Amino acid sequence: MSAFFAYAFLQRALAAGLCLAAACAVLGVFLLLRKDAMIGHGLSHVAFAGIAFGLLVGRWPIAVALAVSVGAALGIMKLREAAGIHGDTAIAVVSSLGLAVGVILASVSGRFNASLLGYLFGDILAIEPAEVIFSAALAAGVLAVTVIFYRRLMFMTFDRDAAQAAGVPVRRLDALITILTALTIVLGMKIVGILLVSALLVIPAAAGLRSASRFRGAVLGAGLIAGLSIILGLASAYILDWPASGTIVIAAFLMFGITFVFRKK
Amino acid sequence: MASPDADKGELIRVEDVSFNYGGLPVLKDISFTISAGDFLAILGPNGSGKTTLLRVILGLARPEKGRVFILGKPAETFAGRELIGYVPQKATHFDPLFPASVREVVAMTLRSGRGRESRKAEEAEIRRALDIVGMTGVMDRRIGRLSGGQQQRVFIARAIVRKPRILFLDEPTAGVDAETQDRFYDLLGSLHAEEKITIVLVTHDIGIINKHVTKVACLNQRLVYHGTHDHFCSSGALRELLDGGRHLVSHRH
Repeated sequence: MSAFFAYAFLQRALAAGLCLAAACAVLGVFLLLRKDAMIGHGLSHVAFAGIAFGLLVGRWPIAVALAVSVGAALGIMKLREAAGIHGDTAIAVVSSLGLAVGVILASVSGRFNASLLGYLFGDILAIEPAEVIFSAALAAGVLAVTVIFYRRLMFMTFDRDAAQAAGVPVRRLDALITILTALTIVLGMKIVGILLVSALLVIPAAAGLRSASRFRGAVLGAGLIAGLSIILGLASAYILDWPASGTIVIAAFLMFGITFVFRKK
Repeated sequence: MASPDADKGELIRVEDVSFNYGGLPVLKDISFTISAGDFLAILGPNGSGKTTLLRVILGLARPEKGRVFILGKPAETFAGRELIGYVPQKATHFDPLFPASVREVVAMTLRSGRGRESRKAEEAEIRRALDIVGMTGVMDRRIGRLSGGQQQRVFIARAIVRKPRILFLDEPTAGVDAETQDRFYDLLGSLHAEEKITIVLVTHDIGIINKHVTKVACLNQRLVYHGTHDHFCSSGALRELLDGGRHLVSHRH
């Protein structure tokens, strides 16, 4: 087991994974309480189109995925407000479009190869030092936003109208959370892959919400479960020689299952 | 631009407001004022535009025509939001599993303070607000565990914790039994009389006007009546409203 921590690539995987876990856990609690559990799933499909386009033109697939995901996230917000479409419908429309465009681009480019598969299933063991720094910056950004706007975010999540009437800038905070979610999705793509990144947004947050009766407790619980999922998932993947992304999600699911043993007060 | 009568104890001025939804008129040419010390009941049948009017006043909906002034300032740029308390119509329709204690719910409108002194002051404000509504005993209880009537009291505590000058309530007793409604209206009466809070209550319950209300506004897309409670009762407007308003409720106190 000590060898696990001796390898630089495993240390980088652990560091980036824990940062991603922190960002996912905090954002996930807000998203689940706003009934936005599927936004991670939807944005990951859109990011797939961005990756496919980046690979087609041979330039900066991550940057393209980032730009497309942020644009799509803001588009989903606008669809809800301006067109009066329900949140889950707006997500379904945008994510279906993203997947369709991604498949076409991958087919046209003829590059549905190892690069694209790497993004679909993630490659946490191939994390670069720069990506660890990006992960840490993202986690710090998400945590800073949560600490600074903690009460206002909780208020608008609990009662949007009353929060707006009390002077909370709900639209600006919505946009902030949405953009941070898009950034987290793109970072998570590299770590656990497009197909599983939404699991890290949803499962630890759902477990945290199940086990806590206070908001702070739910956020801390989600963070703890997400972090443990990364550690246990990576360690199990190393020992069992399983794919890291799938093992991390299975670990998160098992801890979600454990929360059914406890009951909220 | 300031409202011309802003210095006459006038808190809210609604000027010629019209609002459409999906091309259909909801409010037509509404004008009236709310003064400091009023306990105003906005009455009207279902679909008469009561909630929309409240949302326009609070800046949650933008009118097609007309303007709203709060303390003389246009509502859209009014910055003193701590002077306004609001209990929305669907306040009790939140996710019952939402992980927040009564204390956390009341603190939502307060800015987080740093340092021991500021936390102590905040705790005192929360206790004071909960004491007024008689809910200090459940401070650490999860909000979803309380009854509908208790939740409404907590939401009032949240609305008054910043010591507002005016409190808006939208159908606050919907789904609450008659006895709880009586206690609830008595609480509003004491907030008005003892805490000197101006109260604006949207309701389709005509019974409320017999108790604590000082002014009445009747709405049916247009403002069909606006005046004092005494004049409303003696003018025949009440009978007309009861005869014509099939969707109004006459709840006896």
